[in-house]
Amino acid sequence: MFYREAGDFSTTYPQDSQTFPIKFDRWRYYAVLFVAVVVIPFMVNDYWVNSIFMPFLIYAIAAIGLNILVGYCGQVSLGTGGFMAVGAYACYKLMTGFPEVSMFIHVLLAGGITAMVGVLFGLPSLRIKGFYLAVATLAAQFFLVWLFNKVSWFYNYSASGQINAPERDTFGILITGPNTEAWATYMFCLIFTIFSAVVARNLTRGSVGRQWMAIRDMDIAAEIIGVNPLKAKLTAFAVSSFFVGISGALFFAVYLGAVEVGEAFGITKSFLVLFMIIIGGLGSIFGSFAGAAFLVLLPVLLKIIGVDWLGWPTDIVAHLNLVIVGGLIVVFLIAEPHGLAQLWRVAKEKLRLWPFPH
Amino acid sequence: MNYKLGTWAVAGLMAASPVMADLVFPSLSYRTGPYAAGGIPFADGYADYFTLLNERDGGIGGVMTRVLECETGYNTEKGVECYESTKGEGALVYQPLSTGITYQLIPKATADDIPIHSMGYGRTSAANGDVFSHVFNYPANYWNGASAAINHILDLNGGDISGKKIALVYHNSAYGKEPIRTLEKLSEKHGFELSLLAVDHPGQEQKSQWLQIRREKPDNVIMYGWGVMNQVAVQEAANIRFPMENFIGIWWSGAEIDVQPAGDKANGYKALALTAVGDDFPLYDELRQYVVDTGKAAGAGDQLGTVPYNRGIYAAMLAAEAVKVAQKMHGTDDITSGQMRDGMENLVITEELMTELGLPNFGPTFSVSCQNHGGEGLVAVTQWDAAAGEFVTISDFAPTDMDVIQPLIDEDSAAYKAENNIESNCN
Repeated sequence: MFYREAGDFSTTYPQDSQTFPIKFDRWRYYAVLFVAVVVIPFMVNDYWVNSIFMPFLIYAIAAIGLNILVGYCGQVSLGTGGFMAVGAYACYKLMTGFPEVSMFIHVLLAGGITAMVGVLFGLPSLRIKGFYLAVATLAAQFFLVWLFNKVSWFYNYSASGQINAPERDTFGILITGPNTEAWATYMFCLIFTIFSAVVARNLTRGSVGRQWMAIRDMDIAAEIIGVNPLKAKLTAFAVSSFFVGISGALFFAVYLGAVEVGEAFGITKSFLVLFMIIIGGLGSIFGSFAGAAFLVLLPVLLKIIGVDWLGWPTDIVAHLNLVIVGGLIVVFLIAEPHGLAQLWRVAKEKLRLWPFPH
Repeated sequence: MNYKLGTWAVAGLMAASPVMADLVFPSLSYRTGPYAAGGIPFADGYADYFTLLNERDGGIGGVMTRVLECETGYNTEKGVECYESTKGEGALVYQPLSTGITYQLIPKATADDIPIHSMGYGRTSAANGDVFSHVFNYPANYWNGASAAINHILDLNGGDISGKKIALVYHNSAYGKEPIRTLEKLSEKHGFELSLLAVDHPGQEQKSQWLQIRREKPDNVIMYGWGVMNQVAVQEAANIRFPMENFIGIWWSGAEIDVQPAGDKANGYKALALTAVGDDFPLYDELRQYVVDTGKAAGAGDQLGTVPYNRGIYAAMLAAEAVKVAQKMHGTDDITSGQMRDGMENLVITEELMTELGLPNFGPTFSVSCQNHGGEGLVAVTQWDAAAGEFVTISDFAPTDMDVIQPLIDEDSAAYKAENNIESNCN
């Protein structure tokens, strides 16, 4: 009744090709943006930002990045943790090398550096695909973690091999370090999340995204119709790594503040982000958000229910957590192999016909 | 977005619950994951001691204590979540039992005016209280441990170890890397040859490291391991028939559970110690009477007297004593975290005090000051007796080489101070 195209007339081409062609969708999108930008910053405290919003926003960026590579371009990657580490260490070196520069610039540059590293490790994708490419990116994961552990220049020769984010600001507002305000770090991450989502969404709608999808669906056919696989694959690696690098930089500098490469950016991180996009939905920006929310918020929610409400022992809850999250993943993949994004799509289709489905 | 709204509602209810007047001790424990073998008994000991205080004395100075347990799984992200969710409850002191989480909490807790007690772990240079106002690592730190191990080797060799080969097998993390610089300095001073063998998290795969040890034949092996890594290392050492009496672990590699899987072959394995071993102390009788027999023990209640359990008891005891000092200093029983910090900074542990608490000779004596948050750094050595199934103390709490350690502490803390523009705490 409310969710329909009827009565919404496009009179110009930009109107016709906008991201959310249905009016209800558009307003919902503006409402979410409004709540996220205008309402939440005035309501959050440290707990909300550090335990819930920040991990969600940062993992959403990483999931968007990986989704471009895996979901849109079909190049399986297990190197996400390694690329996040590149972003984090690049950001650390920039922060300590140029303390007076704004954090915005540092994070963007860290993304840029990661993009270059990503292209480098994307070169094998021109020759190999599928599982073999996964193994090649797995090598990137282990190599990068080893590199940041081994070469002490990356961690400024500190005794422990840890990197610590010093206090840095942007426009005079502290973004990193212990004395930050909850709303400032939240807004900082939110800006990057919105930026990533908008850029990714529009890239995937345009010619670049169509090339990626052509490569994903059938690379030989794509080549025959004139898609340059070198350009398509390497741009996918570059854009994907750019976002993953941004998320790594934020993960280290804004969220954790101190990072140890093996623990924070190990292979488990690569799998975590991969699970996010598989559960959320491959080839969908909304799916990246849904997957990140699912895997970040569900454990916190289960912990609050189990420990704080029911008063169960913490170890039982921690184990139950694994069982429930694991079980839900299996259920989701059986019931809806295309992820949460597909559920969303189906729901929208149903809404279009509601309340007269016949 | 729907998930977000759901959790909003949940936490709204959570925040609405009232805060009572009590002394809150968060326990960032890990009863799951590859490091649970050490995490469980420590968390049990920590909780049991406060339960005893509540049951026997009605709290500390008449104010009940409350242990808030939060599972971290030794994972830094969960550690952050635990810190944020517990700090609002009036947390007095954090003991994360993880070097990674400690590193993360140092700036945060300092900004929130909550002290951290990283007992025998964490950032070693935090011993310099002038820079690290809210971090304490008494009674001993990683560098004391490295020096104590070398001192023990020196004792065995009549004071001369020049030309000896010593290998360090370490957990490839901030924790394991901490002693490297100290050992390098000590190797310059004493003329031994140091080789470094890193073991990656979680430490189940050590074949290549021990193959290298078999090839290089070092005279002594020092280990900085934790969790499942310890058991594997002791087993591997037994497999290559490395003489166990030349194998010394840090205090995190010296629990019963680390050596038991290797059976008789682990006999003679040595480990440094922060506390006495066993349960032959008057306090343990009271623990049994008030806590275990009444069914109030944390966990399964079967860990009494194990090395990590004793360490948990010791950590809780030091925290409780610091509370008493703070209560006396500030003339109030329901202290705040800032007052707790003052209490910790003026803590003095003497033999008489420990005897009075029912823990004679349980740990080293030390005193904390504004400049020195690390105590005197006395460390004991224990040895595993496989037949009896227990660790035996073979050398009493002895001083370590502060001539080497102090300059390193000053250097590292000065670097931190400059990096973060920290003002002096002690003037």
